[in-house]
Amino acid sequence: MRQATGDGTVRAALLFLAPALAVIGVFFFLPVAAAFVLSFTDFDIYALADAGNARFVGLRNYVALVRHPLFWKALGNTLYFVFAGGPLTVAVSLGAALLVSSRLVRFKALFRTVFFAPVVTTLVAVALVWRYLYDTRYGLFNGLLGFFGLDPIDWLGDPDWAMPAIILLAVWKNFGYNMIIFMAGLAAIPETLYEAARIDGAGPWRQFRHVTLPMLAPTFLFVGVVTMIGYFQLFAEPYVMTQGGPLQSTVSVVYLMYEEGFKWWNMGYAAAVAFVLFVIILAGTVLQLRLQKAGMEGTG
Amino acid sequence: MLLKVAMYAVLLVAAALTAFPLLWMVSVSLMPSGAAHAVPPPLWPEAPTLVHYGELFTRLNMGRYLFNSTLIAVAVTLLSLLLNSMAGYAFAKLRFPGRDRLFRTLLAAMVVPVQVAMLPLFLLMKYLGLVNTYAGVIIPGMASIFGIFLIRQYALSVPGSLIEAARIDGAGEFRIYWSVVLPLLRPVLVTLALFTFMGAWNDFMWPLIVLTDHDMYTLPVALATFSREHVQDTERMMAGAVLTVLPVLVVFLALQRYYLQGIMVGGMKG
Repeated sequence: MRQATGDGTVRAALLFLAPALAVIGVFFFLPVAAAFVLSFTDFDIYALADAGNARFVGLRNYVALVRHPLFWKALGNTLYFVFAGGPLTVAVSLGAALLVSSRLVRFKALFRTVFFAPVVTTLVAVALVWRYLYDTRYGLFNGLLGFFGLDPIDWLGDPDWAMPAIILLAVWKNFGYNMIIFMAGLAAIPETLYEAARIDGAGPWRQFRHVTLPMLAPTFLFVGVVTMIGYFQLFAEPYVMTQGGPLQSTVSVVYLMYEEGFKWWNMGYAAAVAFVLFVIILAGTVLQLRLQKAGMEGTG
Repeated sequence: MLLKVAMYAVLLVAAALTAFPLLWMVSVSLMPSGAAHAVPPPLWPEAPTLVHYGELFTRLNMGRYLFNSTLIAVAVTLLSLLLNSMAGYAFAKLRFPGRDRLFRTLLAAMVVPVQVAMLPLFLLMKYLGLVNTYAGVIIPGMASIFGIFLIRQYALSVPGSLIEAARIDGAGEFRIYWSVVLPLLRPVLVTLALFTFMGAWNDFMWPLIVLTDHDMYTLPVALATFSREHVQDTERMMAGAVLTVLPVLVVFLALQRYYLQGIMVGGMKG
């Protein structure tokens, strides 16, 4: 009797899993594996017409990539976006979470909703809105600068300002997501820890430093990894706002992959770009997990 | 007291700054053509007009993009609810050999950026004749690792005794899933539906790649294309942005409790 039920559930489990796993297998795992193979071929527009025109070229795409100045430019731009934009987003998220979670503040739900609203908006649409806000003559950013007597900035037309402008948009768009996770993390810290700290004479800053921050460590790890992975995939902002310019200052790795793969149809080369991105993201994730572990052992 | 005043001041300024770009978008969409191009830039429409909204439909085929986006997002949502809930339930409640290892493998795969799959996926779609079709956008979205994970975390709390009791009553496995388990999963199904709908609605890169004709474009793809062609039409572009953002914003405001819960589940366990 029991045995029969066991067999029945195994079969049922396989049937329940089959559709979802088939979709994920065929339309995700298979293409990822194929991308790896593709990156060792010279698959181009002729191969698109007839796959027989593609040949294995070993590591040639990877060699070409290392010699391609635009690849290093794209990598540098992306790292700039990730390492300036990421920490800034996390810091703003934590600040917002601390303020909204404070016992002194009422209308929490209202503030939370306002701060979260940009997260659900369509990136393409809000990137367009920000493009107009950054307009050199009629944009409100320069209007504001002018109000304070400052010179206008050519936000999206100056290679030094285009990436900071995109970072500002990304912080605005994304901080609400991490804020929600930080709020959950803050709510999970037992009140007794703060009471004990107060009895020991700790002021607000030391309570924050010695209770809040250590207790949020797992939250920081999650938020850090998710933000980093997301920011490495920068694409729509430069596509809509700058088209990679000016002077290629906002070409990201994914933007380069898109242009090479789907504009010039250098799909073998583009697959190599995609794989380098994957390896970097993987390394970044493992590194954060390691650092976190080391940090835990150090303090614990 | 002073601290309290300072905190409210910071919060109010931050909230105003956060809401500003969205409010400005609506405001400019109501201005007559060219009105936004003034120094200093106007914040408020002197003579509000809905003319740009009308023109989007009469001149720029907006109805078609709205239809495409809606069809794709609704289809992806319904199909992924079914597939992910079946798989999530199996991972949570049905025992089979290798279950936990399989689940961990899926979770680990979440670190792979989707863009890596896109080049071969395009070739696969070309081979299947699905380039420039709705199916080309819908099919890859029918199941997701995140969706399976979300359902599984929630389904773990479904009491095994209910499932056992249904089995003793002679109910088949599909019947148990459909009539016993699914009703208990309702809150997480709403959460997943929201995530999926918004994800599909806002998605940009894959539709941009796989949809090649204007007639097939979703709203974000159409908007990005317009913005490259009609740079000077600020007011009309803002009306297009409003129409694109409004549906997801309204859905979110109506059901935000479920949406935020979904983020917590991901955040807690991730």
